[in-house]
Amino acid sequence: MSLTDGRPDVLRLDGVGFSYGRHQVLDHVSLRVGPGEFVALAGPNGSGKSTLVRVALGLTQPEGGEARLFGEPTDHLRDRWRIGYVPQRAVVVDQLPATVQEVVASGCVARRGWARRPRPDDRERVDRALEVVALAGRRRTPIVELSGGQQQRVFIARALASEPELLVLDEPIAGVDAESQARFRDALVTRCRDDGVAVLLVSHELGAVADDLDRLVVLRGGRVAFDGPPADLTAEGVSLGVHHTDLPMWLEGPG
Amino acid sequence: MTLPLPWPFDREYMQLALASGVAVGACAPLIGTFLVQKRLSLMGDGIGHMAFAGVAAGLLTGVSPLWTALLVAVLGAMTIEWLRLRRRASGDLALAVFFYTGIAGGVVLTSAAGSLDSGVLTYLFGSVLTVSPGDALGICLLGLGILAVVAVGWRALFAVAMDEEAARVAGLPVDALSLGLAALTAVTVVAAMRVVGVLLVAALMVLPVGSAQRVARSFGATLRWAVAIGVGSVIIGLTVARAASLAPGGTIVLVAAAAFTVTAALDVGRRHRMA
Repeated sequence: MSLTDGRPDVLRLDGVGFSYGRHQVLDHVSLRVGPGEFVALAGPNGSGKSTLVRVALGLTQPEGGEARLFGEPTDHLRDRWRIGYVPQRAVVVDQLPATVQEVVASGCVARRGWARRPRPDDRERVDRALEVVALAGRRRTPIVELSGGQQQRVFIARALASEPELLVLDEPIAGVDAESQARFRDALVTRCRDDGVAVLLVSHELGAVADDLDRLVVLRGGRVAFDGPPADLTAEGVSLGVHHTDLPMWLEGPG
Repeated sequence: MTLPLPWPFDREYMQLALASGVAVGACAPLIGTFLVQKRLSLMGDGIGHMAFAGVAAGLLTGVSPLWTALLVAVLGAMTIEWLRLRRRASGDLALAVFFYTGIAGGVVLTSAAGSLDSGVLTYLFGSVLTVSPGDALGICLLGLGILAVVAVGWRALFAVAMDEEAARVAGLPVDALSLGLAALTAVTVVAAMRVVGVLLVAALMVLPVGSAQRVARSFGATLRWAVAIGVGSVIIGLTVARAASLAPGGTIVLVAAAAFTVTAALDVGRRHRMA
């Protein structure tokens, strides 16, 4: 167990393997995210990013190796509200009859206990989460009336509402408008720098946060192809700022 | 004992029908709101068919059909949900398998009991006008139990219905809540068996919810509207059924369908004006 400031890694994978039938999706993958670290996970389609996230969160058990959250095996962690999760393509059902506030408040249910009524501090957490994503003025709006980017911010607020120590976001800004990307970046950086929340961001779109990352992990063919500060990747001639041209070329290319 | 209520609820049998119907009219849409959100709108239908097999088992063994229906419906509902949660079968496939097995088993067991006659129709299409005081009390108690559970757990059920995976990551007991919702659905179906029948119970679970979604702007309001429309459908349906000497179960469901048509038309009009 590696320690940062005396605290264990919030997320740690050691030699994790996983396959779907005969297709090896993850092959001895190791990854760690320390307290307050901002780490991005990138890689081409089919490289195993989403499977890695599922293993890291304990939604899927690895076939080999070990996955730990806050120093505990993923299936032994009790206070799971310490994790905030934004799933890939969180879809709003066309007729979902829920307001922004109701969706965000659902993120507090696990922390206070599923059968308990909301307390004043729950409401304060919801208010803070809505302010972070700049949607405090839309709390009574039905979520189906928001744009795709705004809906994604609502789901980020839901993940923030329990005030987690680890935030995992799976492709949260795919197809999101520029304003929402900027709000999204501000929200993540605020949580990370001001509140010490560790962030694992899975994304093809690193441009919005490239300058804020502590580490970038690149997955290719189920293996870690790169793990280090983004500047080291830049030294290899890859510019994250214009990722839409040269990062994919680097990822898809030989080697 | 007959209460001094105005027509059409001036007779004891109508008052018992009203009490049973209101309990079911409130509970079925309440549970249905979560099922619709989970895209399991036909769950009530599948469980209704299994409950029919339970009724048949009761007729064959001489045990009260209410209890055998409750046992079979709860076990079947929890099995369907377990298969779905374990991804052993998709929700609709698991429902279809139990749906057809239930109705076929019910027909075979009923014929084996020598009861495949018009008496079976009271379970298939309801017989709310013949509800006894004991039945009405039982249905109302089941209804109060369902209301109490939903009042305590609706926020967690909403979180699971909206995003099962995120709820699981956050640490909510998703399996227990989902199995609990399945069991509540089964209890609701059995409670509704005497009111609208096992073949029509799903309509009371879905139609008021569909209407409520078109007029409400929040999940809490959807729950309240769905209950109001469900109860209103029962009261209007019983009134029309008595006035025109119609089958009450079918009339109640037709009123709920009419409410859906009206709210859908209003919603389309509203969207046109906004566009």
